[in-house]
Amino acid sequence: MTDQQPAMGRVDQLIARDIACVRGGRLLFAGLGFSLAPGGVMALTGPNGIGKSSLLAILAGLAPAAAGSVELPTETGRIAYLGHGDGLKPLATVTETLAFWAVVNGPGNAQARRQAIDEAMETFALGPLAALPCGYLSAGQRRRVALGRVVATAAKLWLMDEPATALDGAGARAFDDALAGHVAAGGMAVVATHGPIAVDGIETLEIARFAGAAAGIADPDTWGLGVDQDP
Amino acid sequence: MTAFFALLAFDIRLSFRRGADTMVVVGFFVLTVVLFPFAIGNDTALLARIAPGLVWVTALLAAMLALDRLFLADFEDGSLDQLLVSEMPLELTVLAKAAAHWVTTGLPLIVAAPVLALVLNMDRAGLAHLALSLALGTPVLTLIGAIGAALTLGARRGGVLISLLVLPLYIPVLIFGVGVVTAAIDGIDASARIMALGGLLLGALALAPLAAAAALRQAAR
Repeated sequence: MTDQQPAMGRVDQLIARDIACVRGGRLLFAGLGFSLAPGGVMALTGPNGIGKSSLLAILAGLAPAAAGSVELPTETGRIAYLGHGDGLKPLATVTETLAFWAVVNGPGNAQARRQAIDEAMETFALGPLAALPCGYLSAGQRRRVALGRVVATAAKLWLMDEPATALDGAGARAFDDALAGHVAAGGMAVVATHGPIAVDGIETLEIARFAGAAAGIADPDTWGLGVDQDP
Repeated sequence: MTAFFALLAFDIRLSFRRGADTMVVVGFFVLTVVLFPFAIGNDTALLARIAPGLVWVTALLAAMLALDRLFLADFEDGSLDQLLVSEMPLELTVLAKAAAHWVTTGLPLIVAAPVLALVLNMDRAGLAHLALSLALGTPVLTLIGAIGAALTLGARRGGVLISLLVLPLYIPVLIFGVGVVTAAIDGIDASARIMALGGLLLGALALAPLAAAAALRQAAR
């Protein structure tokens, strides 16, 4: 899992090398590395505050890593990122929301876009909600729309933070199916999660393994944090 | 480009659906201008003389009212992160959002201003130039404001902070904006002042998206 075989020129793996993350003056983890091949799913696990969300933000390019580098596959194209926030506008209908994100961060071709939106609507059973403004939806329904947005962008790489939050049984199964379908089609996903994800061949990255102990950067104590305690 | 116009249309549509932004800005503009005749009294000559500056200052303050809304909702609900990782260059995103903000808050000011100028007994020779100066000036206000809005994301009482940040930067716009109107009223050639205002607009169009985008990247960390 941590073996790093950087192919020269064209890279088709997501490779994270020796990543360290400092948040609020504390070293969360260091020396974290992994690689993910097309068709792979990586589950990020660990207790609250260990740095799952921070790692996702680093992978998405939203936050800089204190050390190390992230190499995205050459042909990733778009990234779909789903953080804690659903990113829905209360006054926009479900259809408008999906159509909007498919244009902003989706396939350039209008027909491919149409197809991706339809797939999203079907996967998460959004048909009955299509004409409702997102402000009227329950937390679980909002989550389904947010997940639908990820599908509607037809991105190769999914980065998701606790995607199954607030989902009911059917919703969680729909998510597992969507994820399985995504990787079966050669997609990749990195998912921070506490719960189980029923997808074959899923790899698990226990972030706690890199917390402090692997600190090549600084002794964790100098950051004022015991390694195994929640902040 | 498709994405640019999609973002522009999406923001404008949602803003009109909510309605509050436009109502607040125009309401503030109208009510504040109408206060002055009450405070100053019926000295119509005095009102006529200060009308260009008065309308401009009030429009400027009104334009600032809704600035904190520019990125705040996106920042809070997580859309900003998604816009940041999307393929669309962030500078273009900023430009689209600023343009939508201007259409919903700046454009109504331009429509209301000549009417209010008449309320203040402003010389009619300046009406067209008032609309023109606002048409060139309010986009600059929005663009500079976008930098302030991006910089204050995540700050408590960001709205007040924006005012302190951007008001000093608004001074050149105010000088040339009022200058265009007074020149028209005094019968002087206003073209130099119009060009200066246009220059400010072009400069802001080129630089403000870069600055605001950099601030947004910082805010998202």
